[in-house]
Amino acid sequence: MTILRHRLFWPAAVLVVLLISNLVFSDNFFTIRLQDGHLYGSLIDILRRSAPLVLVALGMTLVIATGGIDLSVGSVMAISGALACLLIGDLSNPDALGPVLLVVGAAIALCLVAGLWNGFLVAVLGIQPIIATLILMVAGRGVAQLITGGQILNVHSAPYRVIGAGYFLALPVSFLIATAAVALTVALTRRTALGLLLESVGGSPTASRLAGIRSRRITIMVYVFAAGFAGVAGLIYSSDVSSADSNAAGNLIELNAILAVVLGGTALTGGRFSIAGSVLGAVVITTLDITAVSVGVPVETTLLFKAVVVIILCLAQSATFRAKVFGRFSAERADVQRADVQRADVQTADVQRSDVERSDVPG
Amino acid sequence: MIDVTTPPATGPKAPAKKRHRVYLPTTRHVPVLATLALLIVMYSVGVANYAGFGDTQVLLNIFVDNAFLLVVAVGMTFVILTGGIDLSVGSVIALTTTVTATLLAAGWPAGVVLPLVLLIGTVLGLGMGAVIHFFKVEPFIATLAGMFLARGLSLLINRNSIPITDEFWTEMAQKRFRFGEGVFISLNVVIALIVVVIAALVLAWTRFGRNVYAIGGNADSALLMGLPVGRTRIAVYTLSGFCASLGGLLYSFYTSSGYSLHGQGLELDAIAAVVIGGVLLTGGSGYVLGTVLGVLVLGLIQTIIAFQGDLNSWWTRIVVGVLLFAFIVLQRLVTRKAK
Amino acid sequence: MAEQAVLRMTGIKKIFPGVVALDGVDFRLLPGEIHALMGENGAGKSTLIKVLTGVYGIDGGEIHLGGEPVLFAGPLQAQQAGISTVYQEVNLCPNLSVAENIFIGREPRKFGRIHWSEMRGRAADLLARLDLDLDVSAQLDSYSLAIQQMVAIARAIDIQARVLILDEPTSSLDASEVEQLFAVMRRLKDDGVAILFVSHFLDQVYEIADRMTVLRNGGLIGEFTTAELPQMQLVAKMIGKELAALEQIEGQARDATVNERGTPIIEARGLGRAGSIAPFNLTIHAGEVVGLAGLLGSGRTELARLLFGADRADEGELLVDGRKKTIKAPRDAMSKGIAFSPENRRTEGIIGELTVRENIILALQAARGWTRPIPRRRQDELVDKYVKALQIRPAEPERQVRDLSGGNQQKVLLARWLLVEPRLLIIDEPTRGIDVGAKAEIQRLVAQLADGGMAVLFVSAELEEVLRLSHKIEVLRDRRLVEELENGDDVDADRIMRTIAGGVTS
Repeated sequence: MTILRHRLFWPAAVLVVLLISNLVFSDNFFTIRLQDGHLYGSLIDILRRSAPLVLVALGMTLVIATGGIDLSVGSVMAISGALACLLIGDLSNPDALGPVLLVVGAAIALCLVAGLWNGFLVAVLGIQPIIATLILMVAGRGVAQLITGGQILNVHSAPYRVIGAGYFLALPVSFLIATAAVALTVALTRRTALGLLLESVGGSPTASRLAGIRSRRITIMVYVFAAGFAGVAGLIYSSDVSSADSNAAGNLIELNAILAVVLGGTALTGGRFSIAGSVLGAVVITTLDITAVSVGVPVETTLLFKAVVVIILCLAQSATFRAKVFGRFSAERADVQRADVQRADVQTADVQRSDVERSDVPG
Repeated sequence: MIDVTTPPATGPKAPAKKRHRVYLPTTRHVPVLATLALLIVMYSVGVANYAGFGDTQVLLNIFVDNAFLLVVAVGMTFVILTGGIDLSVGSVIALTTTVTATLLAAGWPAGVVLPLVLLIGTVLGLGMGAVIHFFKVEPFIATLAGMFLARGLSLLINRNSIPITDEFWTEMAQKRFRFGEGVFISLNVVIALIVVVIAALVLAWTRFGRNVYAIGGNADSALLMGLPVGRTRIAVYTLSGFCASLGGLLYSFYTSSGYSLHGQGLELDAIAAVVIGGVLLTGGSGYVLGTVLGVLVLGLIQTIIAFQGDLNSWWTRIVVGVLLFAFIVLQRLVTRKAK
Repeated sequence: MAEQAVLRMTGIKKIFPGVVALDGVDFRLLPGEIHALMGENGAGKSTLIKVLTGVYGIDGGEIHLGGEPVLFAGPLQAQQAGISTVYQEVNLCPNLSVAENIFIGREPRKFGRIHWSEMRGRAADLLARLDLDLDVSAQLDSYSLAIQQMVAIARAIDIQARVLILDEPTSSLDASEVEQLFAVMRRLKDDGVAILFVSHFLDQVYEIADRMTVLRNGGLIGEFTTAELPQMQLVAKMIGKELAALEQIEGQARDATVNERGTPIIEARGLGRAGSIAPFNLTIHAGEVVGLAGLLGSGRTELARLLFGADRADEGELLVDGRKKTIKAPRDAMSKGIAFSPENRRTEGIIGELTVRENIILALQAARGWTRPIPRRRQDELVDKYVKALQIRPAEPERQVRDLSGGNQQKVLLARWLLVEPRLLIIDEPTRGIDVGAKAEIQRLVAQLADGGMAVLFVSAELEEVLRLSHKIEVLRDRRLVEELENGDDVDADRIMRTIAGGVTS
């Protein structure tokens, strides 16, 4: 595959352009300085601020790979931060490491339950993922507000603060958490057969089941996974500001995460997925936000800026677009034509007979 | 005549000779009927528990307060019937109200502003539909980009809330149609109802409407049957955009202001209304009447919570979530039975 | 006196990157004739049809319709020019009513709005012409596929087609429905419609077609009248070689003796599922080939699925190796050594996006669980072995399996199941829609496997195939197992048909 057609090419290219344009506007964009044993600099900022989105995007990638989608991750983030701050507020000594760890565990456990709920709806009840997770998306924020009593809860806990704002070995802890999560996900999907089974379930759930894959179990697993990672992201976010804001936490993050996954080359319909792509996509989106600020684009325009870049990227990734505009490359055209035809395809041998035989049966 | 070996599993059974048909609900109608039942139950609960709930105006106020949502949801219904989705509608409302307020404040005549802002959503919808059809981008992504674009543009124009003081606008905002002592509806309601009626007629009586259902049923078949799939798809997104703009216009009457943060999360409300109204998110099945009932359900929830007084607004979210769950399970059961 | 051809295609060329799908093919269709297009998969039949219906453009040659040159930009233009196609999957909209499906896009209107009662009336009349009495307001998917196909034909007729293309129309029809279809076709033929008929069922082609055109490898072999071309010659032309291979297998399978005194691998006692298949008894021993014969809708697939756990039984019990077992899911069956290759290979069998290698090792990997991945080297070894053994073409394991032809996809599926080394292999319609050459290979394979001790449960609509391979034949009718026949010289297709028609014979 030529470098131009590699699916990571376009997001990587955009990232490079963004980074360079940063350099144009602020000379010391690429400088990293060591101070008090911590690394500082705009690049470090990107690493730190992209952590929540990377985490959510990781979970979203696996869910999308199975042909599903999870709209509830933002609400789960809010719930996670809300519970953590509520419990820490009740601690007699909020600076003691042990209890704080327990609180963190409890918050993540609640998120895992949320993931189980989503998985149950999708895998057992057979509800379409976009609708199933819509329920938790809508209700979840209400639940988060219920936990915080409608207020913004502030906490003062040194151990808790480390999660989102701390440093370890000169690097931001949140970045380290995200990296660990990426490593875990890669190990889980590529070092075992889980990746193949996920792609199979996403490619054809019926065929996968008949091939003996426990699709139900795997589907529930990915939703739990996504919720768990969203929970960790929520902790990072809330710890960074040492408070829980149920309205703002995770606002629109599901959309950003889906965007990151798509930018990274994983199709929304499921099947083949790319962890590297999603991580890259998440970094691109975060860099977009940061670039907008440093380039001097007014805050209001960030959203617009993002929209334009997203549109360009999506069009660039659309094979149809490339074929129509740069129609010279006949290989491109043929792929598109073949894909077009496969959609309106009339293969001469296969018929939905099983469906027919079942519909023949009354009731 | 050779008899069909397989009797139809659903459908009103009518011997060919009889003239009159007994109405038997088909499985397709069950979701809407369920919504209607829910509505009746909820209303009865409200009347039983709260003084003054039974006033006609309470019911009419639901329409008054949600007319703009109804218009947006009608547009969303078309899109969802084709199996797509439109995430941009809330942001289009923001953009519409912001542009309206800005232009009016700058002294533009109302007669020019009104048709102009209706174009905003329409053009955006046209663009998104074209991208979805010609470049085969997923509706979710394309309308997401549209959402960012619209919200971004409105933030660019003005971050703050702009009051609308234009005479024509104020007149429209305060217009009331009275039906007796203390019973009235606003202009928004009338416009919304007109939109509903037109939409229902289009879906039931025009080729375009039937094409919408066909595409939702099986887009590939529709293509092979020679139906104008591309044109229809682009048209529904354009229509949804128009409805979003019209909704924005109504919102500007309702709030007398333009603000780039208006309509946050409104697309979710519209989708919830459509789902609760019995329209299948997979496309091909559902009625505008269902959407109307869905909006009423949402409005009734808020009314009950308001009457209850001591519940906080976030309970709305939880209740809506629970209702969504119930309706989705119901839809699932119904479609499973039909198979 | 030469008849003016209603459709004339000359020198049609269609090229895809790396492949010449059609190489200067000529084709003509006369009015009022039924013309069969013959050729193996990959011969160019479906490409030619897609060119004709406007789905593909052409890279060379000309198309003349009614004497006028035409160039179609899409299916709509082809339809408007008078070419109607009824596809195998019945491309209609299941959520719309029968009447709507017939008229959508051309609904009769009054004052700008759809005139529903007229539409319903015309639909009923149209269906009456086809001898059908349906509730035209009922949803299309409440009717069987056979009826849906008739509705598709009704739509085609109403469009005043000059050319009607029927693409594998009989694949899902039972004998009486086929006759019904043929009656309609003859009626249309009398009305002067030119019908292009594509089918793999040679008997049917010979029954209904006037003339036939044979393609092979994208090129035209010839145009013949049915009368002047005996079946054996036709097949020889299609595959380009003699057909002794199929006859050879016949002797092979039936000669093998089966040790029936051992414990059966699988025994079903009163196993049944409401609405699907009535309780049945069945025993299968090692090395035995059991064929399931019966008409469409008789419950063959349902029976097979119950044994594999693809569906759950409501009553009865299943014994594996003499011990009672509950099989609730495919995983359970697999752990007992049962494998199942489904009928609908495209939606229930292969995973199109994945490679040939991934598809082949999938079941084995699933059985091992996700925590124990098969080492890549071993995967390559195994895949290589089966690609060679089954002659899967193209022999590229990293190719996406959806790029392969139907026959090769079927082989990939078989390889997947052979890899888990099952004791009982259940295969549902493995040779349907597959060209003659591949059919022979698969049948030979089944016989070989049985020889080697594997038990095979074989479902097929083609009685010849069932007779050729099975030791015993289970006959099903109307979702009930009605008889078991030991295959021997006294059993032939007629005997089975009579059983099906008359129920249990003593």
